[in-house]
Amino acid sequence: MENLNITTKICGVKLNNPTVLASGILGVTASSLIKVAKKGAGAVTTKSIGLKERKGSRGPILLEFRGGLINAVGLSNPGIEESLKEINLFKSKSKIPIIASIFAPTKKEFGQVAKKVSEAGPDFIEVNISCPNVESEFGKPFAKDIKLAAKVTEEVKKNTKIPVIVKLSPNVDDIKSLALAVESAGADCISAINTVGPGMIIDIKTAKPVLSNKVGGVSGPAIKPIAVRCIFDIYEAVKIPIIGIGGILTGQDAIEMIMAGASAIGIGSAVYYRGIDVFKKICQEIRKFMKENNYENLEQMIGKAHG
Amino acid sequence: MNKLDRPITLPIEDIIEEAQDIKSFVFRHKFNAKPGQFILLWIPNVNEKPFGVSYQDKEKFMITVCKVGKATEVLHKMKKGDLVGIRGPYGTNFELEGKNIVLVGGGYGTAPLFFLANQTKKRNVNVDFIIGAKSEKFLIFRDKIRKLKIKLHITTDDGTCGEKCFTTDVLEKLLNQKKIDIVYGCGPELMLKKLVDICKVKNIPSQISLERYIKCGMGICGQCCVDPLGLRMCKEGPVISGKVACKIFEFGKYKRDASGKKINI
Repeated sequence: MENLNITTKICGVKLNNPTVLASGILGVTASSLIKVAKKGAGAVTTKSIGLKERKGSRGPILLEFRGGLINAVGLSNPGIEESLKEINLFKSKSKIPIIASIFAPTKKEFGQVAKKVSEAGPDFIEVNISCPNVESEFGKPFAKDIKLAAKVTEEVKKNTKIPVIVKLSPNVDDIKSLALAVESAGADCISAINTVGPGMIIDIKTAKPVLSNKVGGVSGPAIKPIAVRCIFDIYEAVKIPIIGIGGILTGQDAIEMIMAGASAIGIGSAVYYRGIDVFKKICQEIRKFMKENNYENLEQMIGKAHG
Repeated sequence: MNKLDRPITLPIEDIIEEAQDIKSFVFRHKFNAKPGQFILLWIPNVNEKPFGVSYQDKEKFMITVCKVGKATEVLHKMKKGDLVGIRGPYGTNFELEGKNIVLVGGGYGTAPLFFLANQTKKRNVNVDFIIGAKSEKFLIFRDKIRKLKIKLHITTDDGTCGEKCFTTDVLEKLLNQKKIDIVYGCGPELMLKKLVDICKVKNIPSQISLERYIKCGMGICGQCCVDPLGLRMCKEGPVISGKVACKIFEFGKYKRDASGKKINI
């Protein structure tokens, strides 16, 4: 079973397996990313990097509900210079592809961060235009406006030669048009979905929202059907590869996402539910399914739910 | 249905003034924490912060909090009956091993070790408890420890109580005098570094509680990971062995703040 081929390719970059550590999970430091790589991830994504240092939201930043997690970390990051050091350190210690996630409050700054982060030579840049947790500060996420999403994509592409992944939000009316727009603007890959919502949890004794940010992005098992539908729709709209993210806990979940059209799959909340070993576990479960159902490689399954 | 990882709201049952800027908060709630584990305490509209459990019995548990910032200042102003959120317990714990043990508590770091000391009552364990602070007015739990009938050693930086030296000076003396099986430590990081170094030279096992910036407590945000092992101090810590501490090169040198930026210890 071990010899079953579960490698995948995104924009010419080979991944040993389709599991990708999603942005915002265990991605603050190189040490943490190296540990995740050793635990079997096919690629890792940094926590979103901005130009300047941000402390993020006060606690609570993460809560569980029956069906998933809700978070509002608030884009904390040590700023671009410190982040470059972490990416460089990761690259010196691990051969696993690294995706640098970036965010910015303006189109222009997205270009600046992309240019700067390229100095460290990550394998991909992921453009986070879909964080639902900073709306009060940054305004509506770029992903909610098709034209702006395309403009940000163009700006990032102008400022880097590294393959660009654009991370889409499920919180839009028409994800097909959004996907098409960023593809036309030059995106090399799409990752979807960012968290759903935002949502809210209220403590009924104090009658107060519990997250300090009041609202937060919803992730975990509850959002998987939404994520699968989004990937299905995006796959019909674009030709570029898709990293499918959202509520994947098991190999079966991963295969569902792959059949919807994903070439690789993001792992986030599953680290909470199944531990850091979740990458290896999911890979084993994918292999088991492939063996039992006579698949030889992932390619045979990508997009199989269409037509 | 399973317990969800989010705060349950409890009234503060009792508040005890322990020392200058240090208070204990008691909650009536059956909590299955082990010594060294921490809770996340939610102060509505303010913040959520980690605190080690300092006492626990069948119906109550206690945390001991030093006023160090905004959240703890607000907590210190709260009164009996005020509502806060509690979740946990989180992280690793001190494991009682051996017959002859030393506990070393620096400042309010004495609190979680007091919980451990309480557990030695029913066992046949010889305990030396060294507590230290800058000055007498910051010393906590002297009477509580004396009631346990274990050997108490006190140090202060200014000599206002006990010996005018560091806790680790007393530790060294004890290790030279008698056979000690294991040393437990909680307190300022430089004290812990000294403790681990001393134990390493003497080839005596140690367990320490290493504090890092905890955000989610659930092992996924990555804020509390240490270099170069990537261990999460909310999951694989805060209590680690001296052996592991020696492999953490940031130990005693730097830690990361809320943004992830390195700051010197």
